[in-house]
Amino acid sequence: MGLNRNVSLMTALRYKGQGPFLTYILHRIGGLGMAVFISIHLLASFLGGSGGRFVNNIYENWVFQIFIFFCILFHAINGLRITILDLFPKLILYHRQAIMIEWVAFIAVYGFSVFAIIRTALGG
Amino acid sequence: MTAKSRNLSIAKRGLLSFETIMWAFTRLSALGMYALIVFGLIGALVMGARNNMNFADVMRWAFIPNVTHVENTALPDTTPWAAPLWKLTASALLIIAVGHGVHGLVVIADDYISTARGRQIVRIISGVMILSMIGIGLYLIWTS
Repeated sequence: MGLNRNVSLMTALRYKGQGPFLTYILHRIGGLGMAVFISIHLLASFLGGSGGRFVNNIYENWVFQIFIFFCILFHAINGLRITILDLFPKLILYHRQAIMIEWVAFIAVYGFSVFAIIRTALGG
Repeated sequence: MTAKSRNLSIAKRGLLSFETIMWAFTRLSALGMYALIVFGLIGALVMGARNNMNFADVMRWAFIPNVTHVENTALPDTTPWAAPLWKLTASALLIIAVGHGVHGLVVIADDYISTARGRQIVRIISGVMILSMIGIGLYLIWTS
């Protein structure tokens, strides 16, 4: 049985995976978010009309932009860390340090993006 | 500690199974997308993005260098942004990203679906999704 893990929901939520687990779950959320919303964006642009326009207007809203930029940038930067560690397995010893570097890079790039999005939303 | 000797052939170590090939593809396609995104980023700067776009607009362009992604910026002329070079770059990025992304969805689905039949259905759906998303995406890139 796929879903029977003998672990209650509360135990799962209290799982002490710490930093590496957080990046794992955010990587999934980011990947799923991109897959779902970019697919809808493609379909909306393809179908066009008032429905497509309505969906793409939501996508151009600054709140949505902040969300989708989180998904893309976290997935991209975390993905680069995974790729580097997997291609150079000796570095796995330092994976916690790699995660710290990753957060610095993410906060810098994402911070700039959010700043630009909000400043434009407020009228440049 | 001495290094372990590898007496098994690549095939016997299971490195040629579909899942292992896709494991490698996921990592290598990530590097490929990085190369294309950096290419789009440099292209945007060469075409004068610094004076007419904000950082988020440049990133949006780099993720898929399609001219519709810069039509709401202050660019006086978007003609160079619609050049075939960028349509080719966007097409390459789209094809790699759809393969990478849909396989990612299969990996997530496999965590929740463990029957052989269920996994087979997931793979059929993923194949349909890859083809339809690439088809729709290419149509949008080359008609915009």
